[in-house]
Amino acid sequence: MATNENYTIADTVDITDVVCPVTFVKAKVAIEELELGEVLSVHLNDGEPLLNVPRSLKEEGHQILALNDNEDGTYDLIVKKNA
Amino acid sequence: MAFTDEQLERYSRHIILKEVGVKGQKKLMAGKVLIIGAGGLGAPAAMYLAAAGVGTIGIADADVVDLSNLQRQVIHTTDDLGKPKVQSAAETMKAINPDVNVVTYEDFIAANNIADIIKDYDFVLDGTDNFPAKFLINDACVQAGIPFCHAGIIRFRGQLMTWVPGEGPCYRCVFKEPPPKDAVPTCKQAGVIGAMAGVIGCLQAMEAVKFLTGAGELLTGKLLTYDALTNTIRTVNIPEDPDCAVCSDHPTITELIDYEQAACDGLSKDDVAEAAAE
Repeated sequence: MATNENYTIADTVDITDVVCPVTFVKAKVAIEELELGEVLSVHLNDGEPLLNVPRSLKEEGHQILALNDNEDGTYDLIVKKNA
Repeated sequence: MAFTDEQLERYSRHIILKEVGVKGQKKLMAGKVLIIGAGGLGAPAAMYLAAAGVGTIGIADADVVDLSNLQRQVIHTTDDLGKPKVQSAAETMKAINPDVNVVTYEDFIAANNIADIIKDYDFVLDGTDNFPAKFLINDACVQAGIPFCHAGIIRFRGQLMTWVPGEGPCYRCVFKEPPPKDAVPTCKQAGVIGAMAGVIGCLQAMEAVKFLTGAGELLTGKLLTYDALTNTIRTVNIPEDPDCAVCSDHPTITELIDYEQAACDGLSKDDVAEAAAE
């Protein structure tokens, strides 16, 4: 999980079991539940989700803090709620 | 209220939208919209609002499905002929989205029942096709302070406007009084393209969606007109009448009025009823 000590993860969401567009939908639902400034960790697969979910979250105004490679084909995307 | 996985998937195209999102979808699911008339305008509006997940949809109509309705009233099918329109409409809405709570009113909307019917709703769609009903809906909504969207269609033309308390003119500010009986043909006499009902009914559904979610601007203070033959869509600013008989601060109409229906030559009582429920 997160190696960076500059943030505290408020919630996590696993989107490895769904496909587009529900990947982004689940991430968006999770981040909407947070308060401004809180941090969400999104567990996602390599490939299409990695390509699209960070981009979509950025377009919504959120800040990507880190992307941690779990070296098993999955990643943890660390996002700060900014919108 | 958390979404189920099925709801997340069903409404995913809404939730993805920045202007809707989780909050907007929850507002739709908590929303209550009344559609008066399960005819040409009400049909597409009811179907899209049911599909959108609007929590409660009321539908009012006293008529049964007639063969001549099917050219435009796409919520009813050939199998529904003879069935009460509200029942047929409710079945289609429930088939599209079982989550929706559909409330049916198999009744003519009149001065003696409209206030009681509209009082439970957030937004009203006027899907009727006659002036007495349109003025009645306007007056009742203004008096109760319930936002509504007026629409009308004939031949290749359609129009709509939205009224919200304190945000611009009501239907009566613009149109004052019903025209003299039989001065304006009903769409039964004049004809209408089925797709026109689809276009304008969908715009009404869009007004309801924007009202419930708070996205964008409503057609308040504006009349949108569409002429299909010339591909012309205009949005005309319409002023408030400071002496409006119903929405001004000194109204002269304080009781609801049942204006006399146009007496269509050669039309039976059932035919007139049908016209009233367009």
